[in-house]
Amino acid sequence: MKKFWKTANFRLKAGLIITCIFMFVGFIVYFFPHTDPFTFNTYPNNLGASGEHWLGTTSMGQDVVWLLIEAIHNSLLIGLIVATIGTVVGVLVGLLAGFAGGTLDRVLMVITDTFVVIPSLPILIMMTSLMKGGATVIVMALVLAMFAWAWPSRQIRSMALTIKERDFIHTARFSGESTMQIVVTEILPFALSWSLSNFMNATLSAIGSESSLAVLGLSPGNLVSLGNMIQWARNYNAVLAGRWLWIGAPIVATVILFVGLFMLITGYNDYQAMKRGR
Amino acid sequence: MKFKTFFLQRVLAWALTIWIGVTFIFFIPRMFPSDPVENMIAQMQTRSGNMDPAEMEALRQQLRVQFGLEGSLLKQYGSFLWNGLLHFDFGPSLMSYPEPVGDIIGRYLPYTLILSLTSTFLAWVIGNFIGLLAGFRKNKKSSQILESIAIFIYPIPYFLVALVLQIIFAFVLKWFPLQAVIKTGVGFGPWFGSLMKASVLPAVSLLLLGTGWWIISMKSLASTTAEEDYVRYARFRGLSEGTIGKSYVLRNSILTQITALAMSLGGVFGGSIMTEIIFGYPGVGSLIQSAILQSDYNMILGCITISIVAISTATLIVDLIYPFIDPRIRYG
Repeated sequence: MKKFWKTANFRLKAGLIITCIFMFVGFIVYFFPHTDPFTFNTYPNNLGASGEHWLGTTSMGQDVVWLLIEAIHNSLLIGLIVATIGTVVGVLVGLLAGFAGGTLDRVLMVITDTFVVIPSLPILIMMTSLMKGGATVIVMALVLAMFAWAWPSRQIRSMALTIKERDFIHTARFSGESTMQIVVTEILPFALSWSLSNFMNATLSAIGSESSLAVLGLSPGNLVSLGNMIQWARNYNAVLAGRWLWIGAPIVATVILFVGLFMLITGYNDYQAMKRGR
Repeated sequence: MKFKTFFLQRVLAWALTIWIGVTFIFFIPRMFPSDPVENMIAQMQTRSGNMDPAEMEALRQQLRVQFGLEGSLLKQYGSFLWNGLLHFDFGPSLMSYPEPVGDIIGRYLPYTLILSLTSTFLAWVIGNFIGLLAGFRKNKKSSQILESIAIFIYPIPYFLVALVLQIIFAFVLKWFPLQAVIKTGVGFGPWFGSLMKASVLPAVSLLLLGTGWWIISMKSLASTTAEEDYVRYARFRGLSEGTIGKSYVLRNSILTQITALAMSLGGVFGGSIMTEIIFGYPGVGSLIQSAILQSDYNMILGCITISIVAISTATLIVDLIYPFIDPRIRYG
């Protein structure tokens, strides 16, 4: 651990710290006892920042701090669900295509390539507009996950193709290991480091897509997410009224979360490249 | 490989992408439990109180025909492909009935294309130029600062950059109007002036984000290329840094960036939709938003279908340019 901290680059360290803070807020602070922040008129409207309400209250009498904490929780949750589904499906499809070869490979790759270039936002708009904002968190995550598997599967397939030809795989095959065994014990470790950075990337883009849809009013109306929080503040004219804490809090939080995650990803990739170079 | 084979392969992939995408948006809504016609009727009922049952039934029939929900699934699919994909005929728009959806999109699409294509191209050129310098002269302070800025801006979602720019330049500084207004029917001069004024903020926010990615990716490509043996050899031969940068590093890394450009177009389009909506720029993005607000199902379907066709075609064009730039590829 100490050695890691010494060798890690600045971006990896900064990204890791920021991400850990958000995880702490979203998954630990979130469970501290508090009143439901979504309920209207819990507190007086439009309070400024004070000891009791650190970031004031909204014009519907909601506490901004707790609203923000719940938003971070839900946004992270959606991101993690989507990234998990996308990574698992992507790795499986990629390995299958890479190892099966032949017609199956060709068919899978045509579908994958289509999903890589297809414009996802218009299709997401189409699907969520039909649900009329009535979707649940899980449905939303599933819809977003439809576009999260293609890129990893393409990358994992090409990885599988190069690894397949290496000597130690032949050795393993001749010593009587089954294809499944080879995949699990020899190939997966190779794919894991790449998958980890892809996982973080998928989390980032899922949170981004959800908040884009929220700005269009297409995210579930009762879901407290970062995007919805920004959208509510816009709808109730927080900017015109100069209520900067209300609209500023989710914007600043989103920017810090995104930059932090991105630094973590690029820092991690550089770190891996450096480790391989030694 | 013959150029003809390459060309046919790409065109086939293009047709396949469009077909899969369009099939997707045709079947997904039909798998949902909610029926757009029932949704609309429910909405009308809450708006206008009780309706006569017979009148309602007639309306339901009319809407079903309009939405193309009559007949077997296969027949619906066939007529959707025939009318929608081949003739861009999506029926009348419900929000400005009875004008056809195709005509309205035809009016809005050029604005989106001008905005997104110009800013994408500019971002690609500027970003790659800065990225090349930053990667080639890794240890200069200025290139490190530029890269840090790019890393700070790039990951932020499109709509958020747009929103922040809007708050700063339209709300606080009041340099630009809050909602874009484009004057039509007043002659070329005023129209062009208002278009320029409306495009500044959207274009800047698209440029900021787009440039960020090209700086980051080009920098890493260029710094790997700069360490290749042939670059070292060129240096030993006494070639100037400028020549090395231009004819060795740039030419080798720009090819990857062309493929990357083709693959990024879908995301760029999504970003320009969001940017348009924030600034009220009169393009397809704003059209989609008002269609969503007024439940104009035909309009949504039309916009999405045309978006898929437009992006796939742009991707195809960039892909087809590639072999003409890469001197290593020769088609017989």
